[in-house]
Order: sequence, then structure tokens, then C-alpha cells
Amino acid sequence: MSQSLERKNAIECRGITKSFGTVLANDHIDLTVRYGEVLALLGENGSGKTTLMNMLSGIYHPDEGSILIGGKETVIHSPVDAMSLGIGMIYQHFKLVDVFTAMDNIVLGTKEKRLSQKALKDKITGICQSFGLEIDPEKRVYEMSVSEKQTVEILKVLYRGAQILILDEPTAVLTPQETERLFAILRKMKEQGCAIIIITHKLNEVLEISDRVTILRKGKSIDTVQTAQADEKMLTELMVGQAVSLEIERPLIEEKQPILKVVDLTVTRPDGSVAIDDISFEIRRGEILGVAGVAGSGQKELCEAIAGLMKINKGAILYEKENIIGKTPAEIIKMGISMSFVPEDRLGMGLVASMGMVENMLLKTYRNSRGPFVDRRPAREMAENLVDKLGIVTPGVNTPVRLMSGGNVQKVLLGREIESKPNLLITAYPVRGLDIHSSYTIYDLLNEQKKQNVAVIFIGEDLDVLLELSDVIMVLSHGRITGFLDARKATKEQVGLYMTGAVKQEVGA
Amino acid sequence: MDFIINFLVAAVAAGTPLLFGTLGEIMNERVGHLNLGVEGMMSIGACAGFLAGYHTDNFIIALAASFIAAALSALIYALLTVTLMANQNVTGLTLTIFGIGLSNFIGIWALERSETGTLKLPEMITAQMRNISIPGLSDIPVIGPLLFSYSPFVYIGIIIAIVLAFYLNKIKSGLNLQAIGHNPGAADAAGIKVTQYKYASILLGGGICGIGGAYCAMIINGGVWVSNNVGGLGWIAVALVIFANWKPVNAIGGSFVFGALRILKYYVPKSIFPLPNAFYDMMPFLITALILVITSMRKKRNLSLPANLGNNYFREER
Repeated sequence: MSQSLERKNAIECRGITKSFGTVLANDHIDLTVRYGEVLALLGENGSGKTTLMNMLSGIYHPDEGSILIGGKETVIHSPVDAMSLGIGMIYQHFKLVDVFTAMDNIVLGTKEKRLSQKALKDKITGICQSFGLEIDPEKRVYEMSVSEKQTVEILKVLYRGAQILILDEPTAVLTPQETERLFAILRKMKEQGCAIIIITHKLNEVLEISDRVTILRKGKSIDTVQTAQADEKMLTELMVGQAVSLEIERPLIEEKQPILKVVDLTVTRPDGSVAIDDISFEIRRGEILGVAGVAGSGQKELCEAIAGLMKINKGAILYEKENIIGKTPAEIIKMGISMSFVPEDRLGMGLVASMGMVENMLLKTYRNSRGPFVDRRPAREMAENLVDKLGIVTPGVNTPVRLMSGGNVQKVLLGREIESKPNLLITAYPVRGLDIHSSYTIYDLLNEQKKQNVAVIFIGEDLDVLLELSDVIMVLSHGRITGFLDARKATKEQVGLYMTGAVKQEVGA
Repeated sequence: MDFIINFLVAAVAAGTPLLFGTLGEIMNERVGHLNLGVEGMMSIGACAGFLAGYHTDNFIIALAASFIAAALSALIYALLTVTLMANQNVTGLTLTIFGIGLSNFIGIWALERSETGTLKLPEMITAQMRNISIPGLSDIPVIGPLLFSYSPFVYIGIIIAIVLAFYLNKIKSGLNLQAIGHNPGAADAAGIKVTQYKYASILLGGGICGIGGAYCAMIINGGVWVSNNVGGLGWIAVALVIFANWKPVNAIGGSFVFGALRILKYYVPKSIFPLPNAFYDMMPFLITALILVITSMRKKRNLSLPANLGNNYFREER
């Protein structure tokens, strides 16, 4: 089958245009992907990648332009249409029913007769074997790890006989080992003649997995290049439109005074499970401590414990030699500990989506003003100051933050925390979903803090960044510290191994 | 002994309108729509069922009329919440107020036009609705009155509950329907026609509520039209959905338990427990509150609770 399909175009987009209100998300985009190849789609935030893919999967409809599937012009009305054309989409945020089993999720919405449990299981196992996937068909989704959920998503589209796969940032939440496994699966699919489009920010992955790269910038398709003839620098320039340095700065601060000491800390979640299991570490001024770990290894709880939002079962948190356990979040903020947590949906914690920048600034400062009336002036000044300093793009300081793009929202969040002049800054996933350009602005912000002798706890997902930005890396796995590494010497693979919890380092080394 | 049997039989009778209301609300909530209009839909079903029965003297036509009228009132709700994305709670409350008002208004209008000044169902339909009596079976002591002595409504309700349970758990399209309540985005991505399912389920649920209303109008007051005949049962049904853990089969038992609570005041001797009637009227709600406390204390994940309950689904939301 692969022979005959090899040269055929799976998808051809011609002059696709789509606008949301006055925003032109896609502007005459051309894109071609053939059977038996992996095409990477590269672009910054807001360059229109996801919009384009949503049109291929039938969620949006193009205002202009035509889509050819297998050489035939087609109109995709709905996800059902897309599926019957053999297009399977794997979303960044999984579209799975949590309380259903893997099996139920896989057959959900399919048209054929309901198979018996056993026949269905055999069929799924068959697909798994031919593509090298592993899953327990009877496991419920909410009990699964991220990578298992992704496997279910892939199985879902394969079960429907998809020949064209679209993956939207599939590696964002995976460990390096899981990413390798995913790529192995993708290569196997490619061999079997599938066409694969992969959307990603990570240049090294583009270079590793794809055959060709199409670059989008500001809603336009800029260029398509053969991966073999491309390198990171060239791709970045095409994507951003100008030359950028890919080096993350790492200033070395000589004098390091300990500021926070965590001693034998144990925290349990409200449902009774242990989130943080007897951990001890310390952080010094002028140091960035990178925290690595698979999602849900206790990062969130660690942040909340230090910020005073979570009940602590055992242990102590010493800030400047004073135990802060039992203090209220307001007292802790006053002492100079500041937290910015960017959750998966970006707005969930820290900012009020429907409020403007000014009001969001007020949330942290209104207590300082005297009298019963709210004084907006300092907050407005602060907001305007931030817009200037961080280059925040917004129609105005009173525009609801939910209308701002992800990168700008994150700058607001981090900027507000920095404005409070903390001694310890905890930031979790500050570059989540951000493109290169915005990410570097955030890294610069953090380095700026470091130079001013602020201690920074940086909880991140991207190991490359963690390794380049931090001074020390602490690896969490199931609430325990499995490794403490010097970020200047450690390798990605080492960190990945500690993340799985398979290897445990003697702490204190 | 007779006292206990009488109590149980009366509990079933009192629980029957609740059963319909609960089943209808389950079908609404299973697609993620918290419809607080149960009381209103039941009232509209009550009015339509009663008047159809009064004029045609035919039980089946009365049932069909109550079902269709209430389903149409549910259509208003579906149109507003599914298509126009209106707030579900506000829409549901409005539907309740509208339904009760419309039902009473039409009732009074019909009363004024009648010659006797009262509306009483004619002979034949009354006979058709009467408690069944199967020779042999109904005469068995204990089992006879407990199982084979009810109005046809009771059996219709139980059959609907079993059919719905079978549909939800064993039929593929029932699985699709559940998926919508849990995660409409996932269902949509899987190619399920979310809007169609929602409309179908909400309308079906509304219709079932309507039959419960017909019971209120035609049976409870002995076939005589009375205003406000649903009298708050719709609200108890909303609570019962939680009690039944969104499962149609549980709704059968739950309704009869709540039916028992409603008639308890007539069976508990006042001389021993001198409690006011209001205490007993409060019981169903107290029990629901307790159930909520107990279920929320449970650590295990509730697999039946539709995770997306109360939220409208808009595909292009970013």
C-alpha cells in the first residue's frame, strides 16, 4: 500500500483564509502533506497553526480557499466528515471521557455494530501490536498517566482507520523517554503509509522526526523546507522573521546566601493521597532552582505549601531561619515570597480573566491603601509601567486579560509578582504554551531577578530549558526527590531517568 | 400487617409522579443540562393530560397529550440553553414559573367555561386508570396488593426506567449520550452529534416529566381539576436525581422511598410523635442533604455524575 500512496498528496490546502471577527488567523495558507511522510508545522503563538488544523478536522470552516484530500476537492463540515475522510486529530488537550475505560473511549461515536467486549479487546490489541502501542483496554482514563492518555487518543484515530494524523504539540507533556517512544510509533505509522502532521514549538524534535517543515508566521505560510537541509537557526529565523540568539543567558552569582530551607516536608492532598513525601532541600539567593518532574509529581503542592495555601502534615519550611508554617498567605507575601503559577488553562490561578490589568494589579495591592475607598491610581501606574517594561501587547490596561494572548497574560502574571519585589520568586510553567520569542522575554525577566539576588524556584516542563536556565535541578517523582543535579553538567537523559523514578540518587550529594 | 401493606402501597402511589419527574430530569442531566423546569414541565403535562382526558375520555390520548405538551415546553428550554446558550438555571426557573402559571391559567379558563363549575374526568377514562386487578395474581395475600394492585401509571414508570437503564448502559448510542454529559468536547471530537443528542434527550426527558404531571392532575385529586396540582413534586424530583445517583433503576427505589416519606405523616400516630406536618414535608429535602454530604465525603470517584453538568457547550469557544 505504501508504494502506491507514496507520491500521492494526502492533504493539499490552497489559499486557506479564516478570520475571527477582525483578526485574520489564516491568510491564504498553502500546505501539502504526502502519504508516507511526516510534515512538521512550525510557528509562533498566534501564527495560526491550531486554527488551520481545526479547519482540517472540521471544527472551523475556512472563509476562503480549498482543501484537497487525496487529490479530490473536499468540504469538511464536521469532525465526522474529517474522520470519514481518514483524518484523525490528536489534540493538545486530550478529548477523552475521564470516567470511561480506554475501550469505551476508543469506540465512542463509531458507527459499526457494537462488538462484544472480547472481540473489541482483540481488535484493539491487534492495532496495538501492529504499531507498537501499549495499553490496558479496561483501565479508566482518570487513572492513566499522560502518556497513556495520549496512547488512547492515538488508538482512537487508528481504530477509525485514519490515514492522516494531525498531532497538536504531542510532546509538550511527555518525558524524553516517552517522547522517544511516541516518535518510534510515528515512524512505524509513516512506514505503513500514513501521512502525519506534527505541530510543535521544539526545534530539535522537528529536526528529529519530520521529513519536511512548513513554517507559518502571522497567519501566512512563509516557506516549506526539507528537514535534511534545515537547522535550528534557519528555522527560527523563518519562524520569527529575524535573527535571534538561541542561547539562554546564565549569569553566575558568586555570593550565595541560603534563603529558604525545606526540612522533611510531607503534604497530603485533600483526597488523602500523599503529594509531597518527606522532602528536604534548600535554595540560595541569586540562584535558580529548576524543578523537573512528570506532571502531577507534587510540583503544584510544593508551590502551594510554600505559599501557605496548603495544609502541611509534617516538616518545616524555614525562610530566613523563621518557620513559616501556619502563617497566612498574606503574611507570607509580606515576608517577600511570591508565587506565580501558570496552570494548564493559563488563567485558572492568579489572574481574574474578566478583569483588566489594572484590577488584577489591585488584587495584590489594595490592602496597602488606607481608608475604605479603592485607590486605582497606583495600580494603573503599575500596569502602565509593566506594559512599557515588558512590551505587553494589549489594547489598553483596562482590557479584560482573557482577551489578551497567552504570552501577554503570562507576562502580566509574572510581572505583577516581580513588581512586589520578592526575595523568593516561585514560578511554575511560566513559558507554558509560549513561542520562542515570548519565552525568551520570560527567561530574561527571571535572570534579571537572579542578578538582583532573588532566589527563584522555576518549575518547568521543557528539560532543555531547565538545563540551560537553572543553576541546580531538583527532580521530583511521585512526591519524592529522586535527584539533585548540577544543571551545568547534567544531561537530558539523566534528568529523564530520575523523572520516571526508576533511578534514585542519594540525596545530599 | 395490613397496616404495613397499606403503607407500602400508598408509598408507591405517592412516589409515582416523583418517578416520572426523576427519570425525566435524569435524561436532562445526563446530557449535561441541569433543568430546573421539572415542576413547570410537569404542570404543563398535567394540564394537557387532564384536558385531553376530559374531552376525549381516552387514557392513551391523555398520556400522549401530556407527553407531547411537556416535550414542547422542554423544547423551549432546549432552544434557549442548547442553541442560544442561555444560562441553564435561569432558563429552568423561568420554565417552572411559566409552566405553573400557564397550567393554572388554562385550568381556570376551562373551569369557567364548564357548566357545573367543576372539571371531573368522565367515567371511561377513570375506569381505564383504575388500579389493576388481575384475577388470581392480585388476590395472593401480601404479594397481590404489593405487586399487582396499582394504577397503570406505576407500571409505565417502571418500564420506562428499565428501558432507559438498558439504553444508557447497553446500547452504543446510550454510551454516546453519557459521553456528552461527561465531556461534550470529547464527544464532538469523536463524531457524535452533540446538539441532536441534547435535543432528543431533553425533549424525551420533558415528555416523561409530563406523564408524571398527568398523574398529579388525574389521580391524586380523584379526577377533579385543582390548581397547583403538581405542588412542588418537581423540586423533589430534582433532588431525587442526586439520590438516585443519575441511574434510572435507582430512581424506582428512590421515588418510592420519597413517596413513603411524603405519606409518613398520615401513618405515624400523632399521639406518640407529636410533630407538625411540616416536619414530614421537610424530610425528603433533609434526606437529600444528607445524601449529598455522604456522597461528597466518599473518596471514590463518582462515575455516574455527569462531569459537565450545568455547562453549555460551544464548539468554537477558545
